[in-house]
Amino acid sequence: MKIIDVKYVAALARLELDSEKEERLQKEMETILNYVDSLSELDVSSIEPTAHAVQMTNVLRDDISEIPFPREEMLANAPETVGGELIKVPAVIPGEEEN
Amino acid sequence: MAKYDVIIGLEVHVQVRTNTKMFCSCPNKFGQEPNSMVCPVCMGFPGVMPYPNREAIRRTVMAGLMCSCEIAKFSKFDRKSYFYPDMPKNYQISQYDLPLCGKGKVHVCGKGFSGQEISDKLIGITRIHLEEDVGKLNHFAGYSGIDFNRAGVPLMEIVSEPEMNTADEAYAYLTALKQIMQYADISDCDMEKGQMRCDVNISLKLAGVKEFGTKVEIKNLNSFRSAHRSIEHEIVRQAEVLDNGGKIFQETRGWTDERGETYILRSKESAHDYRYFPEPDLLPMTFTDADIAAIKKELPELPEQKRERFVATLGLTPYDAQVLTLDKTLSDYFDEGAKQAKSPKILANWIITELLRELNDRHIPFEKNPIPVSHLVELVELVSGGTITGKSAKEVFSEMFAGGKAPKQIVTEKGLVQISDDSEIEKFVVMAIEQNPLQVKQYKEGKTTVLQFFVGQVMKLSKGKANPQIVNRLLKEKLDKI
Amino acid sequence: MSIRIENLTIHESARLLEGKKISSVELCKAYLERAKNLEPKVKAFLKLNEEEILSQAQASDRRRAESKKLSPYDGIPVAVKDNITVKGQTCTCASKILQKVVSPYDATVIRKLKGKGFVLFGRTNMDEFAMGSSCENSAYQKTANPWNVGCVPGGSSGGSAASVAAGEVTAALGSDTGGSIRQPASLCGVVGFKPTYGRISRYGLIAFASSLDQIGPITRDVEDAAILTDVMYGRDSKDATSLPDTNEKFSEGLDSLKDLKGIKIGLPKECFEIEGLDTGVRKSMEKSIEVFKSLGAEMVQVSLPHSKYAVATYYVIATAEASANLARFDGIRYGNRVKADSLLETYLETRGAGFGDEVKRRIILGTFVLSSGYYDAYYTKGQKVRTLIRRDFQEAYKKCDVILTPVSPTTAFKFGEKSDPLQMYLADIFTISTNLAGNCGISVPADIHANGLPVGLQLVGPDMGEKQLLRISHIFEKNRAIKEFIPGI
Ligand SMILES: [Mg+2]
Ligand SMILES: [Zn+2]
Repeated sequence: MKIIDVKYVAALARLELDSEKEERLQKEMETILNYVDSLSELDVSSIEPTAHAVQMTNVLRDDISEIPFPREEMLANAPETVGGELIKVPAVIPGEEEN
Repeated sequence: MAKYDVIIGLEVHVQVRTNTKMFCSCPNKFGQEPNSMVCPVCMGFPGVMPYPNREAIRRTVMAGLMCSCEIAKFSKFDRKSYFYPDMPKNYQISQYDLPLCGKGKVHVCGKGFSGQEISDKLIGITRIHLEEDVGKLNHFAGYSGIDFNRAGVPLMEIVSEPEMNTADEAYAYLTALKQIMQYADISDCDMEKGQMRCDVNISLKLAGVKEFGTKVEIKNLNSFRSAHRSIEHEIVRQAEVLDNGGKIFQETRGWTDERGETYILRSKESAHDYRYFPEPDLLPMTFTDADIAAIKKELPELPEQKRERFVATLGLTPYDAQVLTLDKTLSDYFDEGAKQAKSPKILANWIITELLRELNDRHIPFEKNPIPVSHLVELVELVSGGTITGKSAKEVFSEMFAGGKAPKQIVTEKGLVQISDDSEIEKFVVMAIEQNPLQVKQYKEGKTTVLQFFVGQVMKLSKGKANPQIVNRLLKEKLDKI
Repeated sequence: MSIRIENLTIHESARLLEGKKISSVELCKAYLERAKNLEPKVKAFLKLNEEEILSQAQASDRRRAESKKLSPYDGIPVAVKDNITVKGQTCTCASKILQKVVSPYDATVIRKLKGKGFVLFGRTNMDEFAMGSSCENSAYQKTANPWNVGCVPGGSSGGSAASVAAGEVTAALGSDTGGSIRQPASLCGVVGFKPTYGRISRYGLIAFASSLDQIGPITRDVEDAAILTDVMYGRDSKDATSLPDTNEKFSEGLDSLKDLKGIKIGLPKECFEIEGLDTGVRKSMEKSIEVFKSLGAEMVQVSLPHSKYAVATYYVIATAEASANLARFDGIRYGNRVKADSLLETYLETRGAGFGDEVKRRIILGTFVLSSGYYDAYYTKGQKVRTLIRRDFQEAYKKCDVILTPVSPTTAFKFGEKSDPLQMYLADIFTISTNLAGNCGISVPADIHANGLPVGLQLVGPDMGEKQLLRISHIFEKNRAIKEFIPGI
């Protein structure tokens, strides 16, 4: 049985794969996932998940502002800009933004 | 009875007003040069890490308390993944299963957008969570450009229960939310600046039927008016589809103000798989009862409580109170004036009938109101103390509005002090009688209503300064003697 | 000047500099010279800019001349793994996608090293985005093991380990997500130290798996590892997961243990039962255990019953985090962008062309385990097994002070030998649990295998147990059979 659909997952992750690579990855992923499935031997129903190796909470910052970075510096690595002010990207459908 | 029941839920995003962004120390400032309020953190440069802003969290908890929400004892941030160029990391730090604020409610009442009165209602809040805002896309012919100044601004997402049934209720709910945020100083909720944005979930079902219909989402509504209009439009659209035996699809739609229509943005098939998981760069937040009690202590008066106080202790009508609490700045203005004024009710009348009308006519937002409340109180006192006539007061008011001068100064400059001296007014009375023999004749023939004509003449002759009561008395005396 | 730079440590260099026996410029020139000769074979550095290095050295010498030295280490060169940012320099993570991206800021560790006057000596090769155990996954070059240039140096911090082992630099920084400091250190015969998670700020470390990543030193001896840890550790206002300061000085009192009487060394039975453990490596471990015993240490058997699930757990958690961490590399704000007609194609093609195979493999695995319908079966499960692995360690430390295991089941392997990704993943079996649990671990050269390659042993300490761990490592280092680990390159 196919556990993973590499084509679908690659699209989610925005990775272009040629068909040869996709086929190979499909096989590799199945081997890896079979190995990972060894975890199912364990009954973890009563175990709390661990997300962090440190046990601290409420590590917060005071609301004090700092001087932002100069724009030239922050846009210096941009592949394309609009007049050195905005980062240029291929057309995006207006209104599609979300939050 | 209507054929369909309409079910509406709202997701409202509100920017939290803070000095700095949510996860970096860049200023949280609107209207600056594009990409000038940015740093490696809020632009998602390689190697950076987020660091949460305590104040944004505190204000979100405060918002929750204002909406009677349960505050989480344990809360955390999660990553929400999707690719979009306005989002620097291609994941948004948000909250998934453990939001800061849980179930709550908001009281709505007053007038809807259509002007109709809404019966009082409690709208449930599902949750309020805190996340980071995204950058702003500018659209050009053939390409887009991104400004990341907004990226990382603290953003609350307030999700309501699907408990509204009309566009007016949705409008009133938005108004109530805005009031609450302004009252607690959590956000200015200026929609033009994108500080408040709204998504609508709407479904129709046959009246009386239990199961909900298919839900359609309308995204990115940037005014209360377009929220109202889009709901009205969507109700008609969905009803038409259903009437014609069609099916409503679960989809996301956009709204164009110009055409007054919703349009499809994406269907369910292209729905996102957000892959939420706990943000490994950030540790959880915990709140004790004492923490929550401390924030509770700082809560300001709710609009609702304010309205009750205005009626009970300041002698306002419920209508006056409703109008004066619509806007936080306005209610603060009145509250301040009420402390100085002998009659808060008369001050309220001046604010509602003169000041608000004037601002409205000129499309000036209340924050830009040119008259300090102490001046308005002074004007009210000048009238009630008999220094100027009501007629002069209107003239003084116009002058105050135009030039920002104190009323006493205007009265002095224009010589508007009311004439209450009998002998001086008598001169005008005599003059008026002499100039209008025809009307004198009518009066003598028993047509007493002509007295008002003479009052008008005297006022004109005195340039509006004569005390109307004395004018009345003297006119009667003179005419009756003829 | 007749100094054997290939065996020079930070603490010795500090003495030489203080005694005016050598200048920073001389030191750096000697290393540059040696690198010039060896780099064609070793290929440890992605970038080695002579001019930049010498100008830092000159500045350091000036400071010393004016009695304004920033620390005893002012002028000593340290190489930096190419996933740690330095303002004004590229930081590629050995990936095409970040080829030309110049960092606008210094990582916290870099700020601290600069503050003490260290000379930043080039940027070292690595597996792309730290994903790999052989350094073969670099998009730019394959680093060779100085002990045998037909073998890999290990990874992902292979360039850092190889550069130190080859004597091209005094010390280097690495990062360790599943063993990426300790394993290459072991394969190259140098010391590799991964402090407790959160001890050293990750700000400026380009993230692979945020809840596992940790920066640490790769050095010629334990004392140097302690010195660099002293410089780098501590609470950072830019890393919310960094641990509070403890005001310890790890490099002080390192030799305060005269023997190991009263010290209990835990031997997890699972680690020595593992299949695929090379007999020579096992023998080296046995010899090392004898050294510990001769010092008076008590050997106790402990159990880490869930360690056999560590690799599976790691590949779920690390790839999940990586899939999100690497989402930002999309050619929009920085980096190589493949021009395409639509936004979607820009993403697909930029990322398709920018990432190597192993990175793609892990992004896909990580995306999958987080995707709708599979999250609980994989990701949540992995997080829960992580809890069990952490508990195993807590239990074990009730019985012992530190745990001893091999670092790697084998010595350095040949290029191309582990072409199967899963086999490669299993090479990290002994190091991965430490990252999942978050505690500290060190790789110390222990022996030379019959094949002529070095063998490292791993000592794993409890959370915040660096001080004791380093002291025990130090006394072992002084008492092991082979004193010097210098490749004959
Ligand atoms: Mg949201
Ligand atoms: Zn910023």
